[in-house]
This record gives sequence, C-alpha cells and structure tokens, in this order.
Amino acid sequence: MSGTPGDPLEGLPFSRSRAVERFEEEMFGPKRLESLAEQARAETRKNFGRTMRLFAPLYLSNECVNTCRYCGFSKDNPIRRVTLTPEEVEGEARHLAGLGFRNVLLVSGEHPREVPVSYLVETVRRSARLFPSVAIEVAPLETAEYRDIVEAGAEGLVLYQESYDRAAYAEMHVSGPKRNFDERLGGPERGYQAGFRRIGLGVLVGLADWRRELVALAAHVSHLMKVGWKAQITLALPRLRPAAGGFQPRVGMSDRDFVRAICAFRVAFPQVGIVLSTREPAKLRNGLMDLGVTMMSAGSETDPGGYTGAGRERLHRTVRGREVALEANEEEGAEATEQFEVSDERSPEELSRELRRRGIDPVWKDWDQALAG
Amino acid sequence: MSMMVQGLDPWRIGDREFRSRLLIGTGKFSSIRSMQSALEASGAEIVTVALRRVDLTGLKDPQADMLEEIDPKKYLVLANTSGAMNADEAVRLARLAVAAGLPKWVKLEIHPDPRYLLPDPIETLKATEILVKEGFTVLPYINADPVLAKRLEEAGAATVMPLGAPIGSNRGIETRAQIGIIIEQSRVPVIVDAGLGAPSHAAEALEMGADAVLINTAIAVAEDPAAMARAFRLGVEAGRAGYEAGLGPTGRTASATSPLTGFLDE
Repeated sequence: MSGTPGDPLEGLPFSRSRAVERFEEEMFGPKRLESLAEQARAETRKNFGRTMRLFAPLYLSNECVNTCRYCGFSKDNPIRRVTLTPEEVEGEARHLAGLGFRNVLLVSGEHPREVPVSYLVETVRRSARLFPSVAIEVAPLETAEYRDIVEAGAEGLVLYQESYDRAAYAEMHVSGPKRNFDERLGGPERGYQAGFRRIGLGVLVGLADWRRELVALAAHVSHLMKVGWKAQITLALPRLRPAAGGFQPRVGMSDRDFVRAICAFRVAFPQVGIVLSTREPAKLRNGLMDLGVTMMSAGSETDPGGYTGAGRERLHRTVRGREVALEANEEEGAEATEQFEVSDERSPEELSRELRRRGIDPVWKDWDQALAG
Repeated sequence: MSMMVQGLDPWRIGDREFRSRLLIGTGKFSSIRSMQSALEASGAEIVTVALRRVDLTGLKDPQADMLEEIDPKKYLVLANTSGAMNADEAVRLARLAVAAGLPKWVKLEIHPDPRYLLPDPIETLKATEILVKEGFTVLPYINADPVLAKRLEEAGAATVMPLGAPIGSNRGIETRAQIGIIIEQSRVPVIVDAGLGAPSHAAEALEMGADAVLINTAIAVAEDPAAMARAFRLGVEAGRAGYEAGLGPTGRTASATSPLTGFLDE
C-alpha cells in the first residue's frame, strides 16, 4: 500500500506493519468508542500499572532562526525573547525540583549562535545534578552532537516531526533550517544511535489532515521500535493552541476523535508511552488519565524564565531577525513570550491529588542517573 | 491459612530460611496503601523494589520514598536492577543500593528491550559473576533456558528466576517444558518470576516443583489487590501441598483403576 499515490505513507521510508494496520482498524473501524476505551484502559493497567509519570518542561530560550507559521517563537513574530544563562537554567531547575519534579524536559528554539550545542551540553550537565531524569526537545542534531548531550546526562530525546505530509510541511516551515524534512525525520534514529534511552515522537495536530498524520506517526513509531529496539518509545498528539502569530489550525480534531486516537494508539502499541501536556484542558486530561496516557506535565510555563522570572532584564525583541531593545514603557514586569497558551493550569500538587483520587499513583522518579552508561 | 503455612516445609535462599513461597513485586500499585495491604494479605516475606524508583543518594527524597513504607523487620527488601541495559549498569545500581543501606541481596534484572522486558542472558551471567565475587546474594531473572540456569548456578547465583511469560503479560507458564527441565536439574531454588496472571498459574508452578513464585502485575492491577494477594497465597499453598503430597503421573488416555493385568496376581 505505502508508496501508492494518496496513501498516508507515500514518500515516507516506513512500511505498513501489522501494528499500523491494527491502529487503522481501531481508529477508523466500526468499533464503538466505549469498548475501545475499555480495551485501552485494560492495556494501560496491564503494561504500566495504575501509575502516572510526571514531568515538567523547562524552556531555555525562545530565540529562533526558523519562520514557522504556527509557532509563537517564529523568527518574524515581534515577541519578547531571551536565552537563559546556564546559571539561570539551574535556578529554574532548582525551582522545579523543589515542586517535586524528578524528570525535566529542556526545551529550546533553534538558534545556533544563541543556543549552540556546547550550551545545551552545559545546561544538561547542570540539570542532571538535580534530576534523576533529563530529556531535551531541541532542533535535530547530528549523532556526535547527540552523543555529547547523552554523555552530559540526558537520557530522553523528544523530536516531533510536526507534520508527516511533505507538502504541508513545506508550506508551514517558510524559512530556516527546519525546512529540511528529512533531516528532522532521521533525528530520532540518530539520537538512538547516540545512546538516548527514551525517544518521543509526535505530530502537531492542525497542520494537515490529521487522519493521514496519525497513520504516518503510527508507522514511524513502528519503524523506530524495530530499529531502536532498546529505546522506550513515547508518542504525543499535541493539538495546536493559540500562540503569537495567531495561526488558525487547518484541520481541527474534535475531543472525541482525540480520545479515540489515544485509545487506538494504546491498543495497537500496548507498550508505547503516551504523553499528554497542559495544552489540553483539565476535564479532558482527567478523563484520559485512565485511558492510555502514561506521562503528564503539570504547572507548566512555556516561556524561558517562566518559573522564577530569570532573564527578564535581558528581554529584547527581534524585528526581521535583528535584535531590538524593549520600549521603555513595557520593561516593568514584562515576561518572555510563551510558545503557546497552556490550558490546564493546575499545580503539580493539584494534579497529583486528582490522580490519587482516581486511584492512580503519581510517579515522580522512575529513572536514576546511575543507569546512564 | 496459617496452619497450612506451618504445615509446609521451610525453604532457603543462601543462609536465610523462609516459609512463604510467594514473593511480591511493588511496581504498578495505585497507592502505597494499596501495596501495603496486598503485602500484608500475601503473607510474603520477600518484597522486590525497583531501584530506579527509589532515592539512592541517601537524602531520603520524599518524592521517591517507597522504601520508607516497607518494614525491613517484616520483609526482606530485595532490590531489583530493572532499567539496567547491561552488566555495568546493573552492578553500579546494586552497589548504590548497598551504599543506601539495603541488604546485600539483589534481584538481577537486565532487559535491554523495554517492550517485552526479556532478560539479556550474556549480560546477566557477567553481572552475576561480578556481584557474587563482591559478596552479593544474587537472584537472576532469566529466560527459561536450562543451560543458562546451570551456568548461573555454577557462577554462584543463589537462585534462578525463569520467566513463565513476559513480565506483565498474565499469560501463565508458557515456558512449561523448559521450566520443567530447569527444576529437574537445578541445585539452587527455582522461582518462577513473570507472566503469572492467576492463582491457578502460581499453583501450577508449585505443583511442578518450583520452590516459589514472584507476582507483581496480577496483584497490583487487580480490582482488589489485597484480595488477589490472598488468592495467590492460597494458590501457592495449594500447589506446594499438592507437590509434597506426590501428584500422580498424567497421561493422555484413561487408566483403569482395576489393572488389566490384575489376573497375574490372582
């Protein structure tokens, strides 16, 4: 099937495995959502127990050389920007550790000058002293660069393809290195070769026909499970949220379809982790706690310095890529601009209370730096 | 129930004697309280804890304090090295556990594949050799491979822990023929470790002559973990009692209770 015109896997180096077919059956077949949900819950309990792993994102920088239509950090958006110093990152990390997190995800825009690999290595090294588990979500890197980051103490790599539809991808990524679809597509495998133990894949729902995107994601997961057989794979289906730039999703996905997708992935890939961020509202997150999701963030800030106010004195704007100081009248109390608006604003403590109320044990620590080879 | 337990032979691992033949794993429970009530109901004396879930820095991290909730006077806490992908990582974890105050006992789990969690035989043998030399009591989790079981025994492993089916699969003793050979040949206790989903599976393992079983998922994710723990305890006791009573041989055809050749004795 794949390779034929119109097929969701057309032009992708993935084959349609049995698991992908199973995903399609569950997602698009006649099964009632309720019975699919029952199956998903049973599989989740069997494979992950009555537990939920918790993590927090830590934004390092919102500076970016890419122009992407949907992203708040897009180069052409005249937003307030800053790159935290490694000391400031450590301060934010300390704050998150104080809230109880033991698993942190370092996130950054792509900016080779402001956010070079040496900087990432340094921030990972400092974070690994405070967290048993450190992951990164940054632009795709080369294997040797990934290796340096693994050696500094990161064991998780998150790299969403955003869209598996080449035409939509080209349209959305207007300029900058992110235009290179294949460079990004190969990132997770390079990361695996470099020694990452947890690898997160995903699509940004809203850029292209999500039905096709989900099938392609399933094929990517299935492919990576074979190539990267020693890695724990996770997947996520972030739906576009309001952000600077005001991009409107092309193809919306209803809550019902979203829940069905989570359940279908759970049943087709019983051992793959599913991540749900604070993009989604509290009610939906509560409902999904027992239906396939295995990892959640809480109390997230999506701007650099968002937790402690670090870096505010260096905020600046970029106009067509050039740095411009803030206007005098907005310096007071201004924060860096967030990547997107979070929807579920509950604190980690509130979220864990809800989990416990539903008979799910919040797990903060599920890794140890002693495991890092 | 307690009368039955007392009626059963004690068994030993290394220099320690146990009466319960049910070991419990502590992952996947919905809460600490749910785990504690299951431990209580199971009558277990040995409890395994994943080192990656607990604080190994000695700082008593409240976000990873499961060890604080298990009474070391009631249970032997058996650290497991789950998460380790090779011998080096497992050895490092085992040493850290001792430094953090745990007993020098380790359930060696080295599974590079995070999906089926099948153990790596080569790394497991390597790690066993190292840890035995360092004075650890080593209980390796293995595939049901009789030759590997003998190699580990020769390397000084205190038990072997072959799997019935992949961890968490609840499929029962799919490796029955191989486990039969391991039990027949082994000079150390054989603990069937993974995949047992129902009390009848546990009974089957004990009837076959396994010394004990380890259960985690089937109890942790049951609707009522304490009730399921009790059920497994009964399954284990029934299986062991059946084994000690001497099970009759099984065959494919009926066998007459009045022998066909009885006339020869007339």
